[in-house]
Amino acid sequence: MIAALIARDVRRAIGGAAWLPVGFFLVVATLVPFAVGPDARLLEQIAAGGLWIAALTAALLPIERLIEPDRANGTLDQLTLHNVSEEAVGAAKVAAHWLTFGPLLLLAALPSAFILGIAADALGRTLAALVIGTPGLAALAVMVAALTAGLPRAGALAGVLLLPLAIPLLIFGAGAAGDPESGGLLLEAAVSLLLVAASPFVVGAAIRASRT
Amino acid sequence: MSTLLRFDNVACRRGGRLLFENLSLSLGPGEALHLAGPNGSGKSSLIRLAAGLLRAERGTIERSDLALADEALALDRELSLRRALAFWAGKDGKLDEAMAALDLARLAQVPVRLLSTGQAKRATLARVAASGAPLWLLDEPLNGLDSDGVERLDTLVSAHLKSGGAVLAASHGPLRGAWTRLELGA
Repeated sequence: MIAALIARDVRRAIGGAAWLPVGFFLVVATLVPFAVGPDARLLEQIAAGGLWIAALTAALLPIERLIEPDRANGTLDQLTLHNVSEEAVGAAKVAAHWLTFGPLLLLAALPSAFILGIAADALGRTLAALVIGTPGLAALAVMVAALTAGLPRAGALAGVLLLPLAIPLLIFGAGAAGDPESGGLLLEAAVSLLLVAASPFVVGAAIRASRT
Repeated sequence: MSTLLRFDNVACRRGGRLLFENLSLSLGPGEALHLAGPNGSGKSSLIRLAAGLLRAERGTIERSDLALADEALALDRELSLRRALAFWAGKDGKLDEAMAALDLARLAQVPVRLLSTGQAKRATLARVAASGAPLWLLDEPLNGLDSDGVERLDTLVSAHLKSGGAVLAASHGPLRGAWTRLELGA
């Protein structure tokens, strides 16, 4: 049932709005040179930070379709009646969301890195930081989606909740991309791991609390 | 197990309002219970308590494996009806039987989003019929059904009871057949 749930969520995302966050990511990354100006040295310095801000804002876009549709049409209730625990639903949702969000974002990071003029040696570090950071970002998005499911103006509330909680990922992710000696990659991995490990329990508790 | 559902001195509170208390009931194989009562008397809440989707304020509830059909469709709108129902059905081929019993076989390839109210109701009932669970919980099963649908539901319910199952149905309208009646909010 878990595998079927992941496959279903991936199918629905690919057939639907999975390309939207990626397009958004590309647009934000493209905006940075326009806002900062064409100075190549300055752009190279801020490129990693720009990519991470683009990734964070892109992570916000799909939040309203991650949990709320399944809550509203009774799918979450039926899953519970089919003996799938709410925690397992949470884990499946995080896995499915990362599968449709992470790889596409990494793909979009390549042209974005080119636009921002990231040097070849920094590009590897930036991609590694994104590989490590996107599971944490996906877990955070699903947690916030579950906590805000069913609330009025959930989208705006989700932004206010998610962005501050993503600050550790942002600091260590952008730091690891900038300086290989900083140890940021390890700290980022720790934060990402914590978010992924906590997400099934947070999502499970949020689903149970949202039942009326 | 001789009882499929047992409520023992259960109280239910929703939004600060006590809907019922000291409610005890038990359902064994072959038994059907019709929950009646005015709007807001707690019929749906009792069904959700029985399903384990709500927590009782007081009292204990024991339940066997169950299947629930309520107002929520819980089917993927873009899929065909057959594929959407197959997500929930087991591998033992009861789904086609259940779809035929509710006259849904001819709609198998129709996308879920195009179903009418009554057809959607039949689909939720087909999910219950295909589940193989001994206990059926039906919340307003007659809503949107035409006379043919009501007749098919009657046939399904009596066959389920005969095979040792139990049914708990909430409905403000009359249900045909041998139902024990429990009036809420009286």
